Amino acid sequence: MTVNCVVCEGLVTMPEDVMEGELLLCPDCGTELELVSINPLTVEEAPEVQEDWGE
Amino acid sequence: MSSLKFFYSRLRTEEKQLFKAAEKLGIPFEFIDVRSLVWPDVDISPGDVAVGRVVSQTQNQAICQLLESKGVRTVNPSSVVALCGDKVATAAALDNAGIPQPPYRVAFSPDEAILASEQLGYPVVFKPPVGSWGRLLAKMNDRDAVEALVEHKSYMGPQHQVFFIQKYIEKDGWDLRATVIGGKPVTAIRRCSEHWITNTARGARAEGFPLDSILINILKKVHGAIGGDVLAVDLFQTRDGWLLNEVNGQPEFRSSIETTGVDLPELIVNHAWSLVSRD
Repeated sequence: MTVNCVVCEGLVTMPEDVMEGELLLCPDCGTELELVSINPLTVEEAPEVQEDWGE
Repeated sequence: MSSLKFFYSRLRTEEKQLFKAAEKLGIPFEFIDVRSLVWPDVDISPGDVAVGRVVSQTQNQAICQLLESKGVRTVNPSSVVALCGDKVATAAALDNAGIPQPPYRVAFSPDEAILASEQLGYPVVFKPPVGSWGRLLAKMNDRDAVEALVEHKSYMGPQHQVFFIQKYIEKDGWDLRATVIGGKPVTAIRRCSEHWITNTARGARAEGFPLDSILINILKKVHGAIGGDVLAVDLFQTRDGWLLNEVNGQPEFRSSIETTGVDLPELIVNHAWSLVSRD
């Protein structure tokens, strides 16, 4: 399965067991993408890291 | 029938590993993206166990508190999420338990923060009370730098007006990350980096490290002081023994699996499942 990067339109390949919410890295421009829907396949730019994020 | 619920907002490797572990163990579970819910419209029952994996500390604590109000046991409990999420509160709890940690001061004004740095002796490390992944840590080598830092912080909002300042500990390029599940120490890794910040999220290299009786004893004391179901404990080794640096309540553990071979997702899921009400 592939989807186009929303930033550079590069081709992003997804693993077979991909889940909604999964984070993907565009191999062309390095943008972090979030898979927001499997059907139809839709990605958005992943949210920016916030000040209180992390373990 | 009671079940496991995973609350998350960012599907990291760890969340996927937890889901897969629950699947493998045949445990009924559901995963819920908090960004898609409005409380109280959440399908939960008293007796369920909720694993809080929301990447935002603030949101994770909020959802755990709400779930507890409905009789749901959360992993970790919201009180532990709050304690681990605040470095000032963690340091105070460790002090009360007599657990050695780097000397620290807490100041409430820029002038006193400068004075506290001088008292500790340079270098010192300023840490925001809430924060992770090494964000906004500042190693200060002299008074000039501290004066600049505290002025910058004065424009950064109320959270940054509590100045948590630790004595910098020379750690020979590594620190220790240990994981404690259900009160039992289960893994330890060395995190090695050329940089003084050794978070694996910042590119530090991980290596397995043996859990000896001294470490196990310290980690059990830490669990006694902090409580909780899943803890990641960061320590420095010094000539005088181990110093406890930080305790994390919602760890990313992928580096510990690869280097120790311990199936942490399975241990966490099994522990959470053991808390589910069987009534």
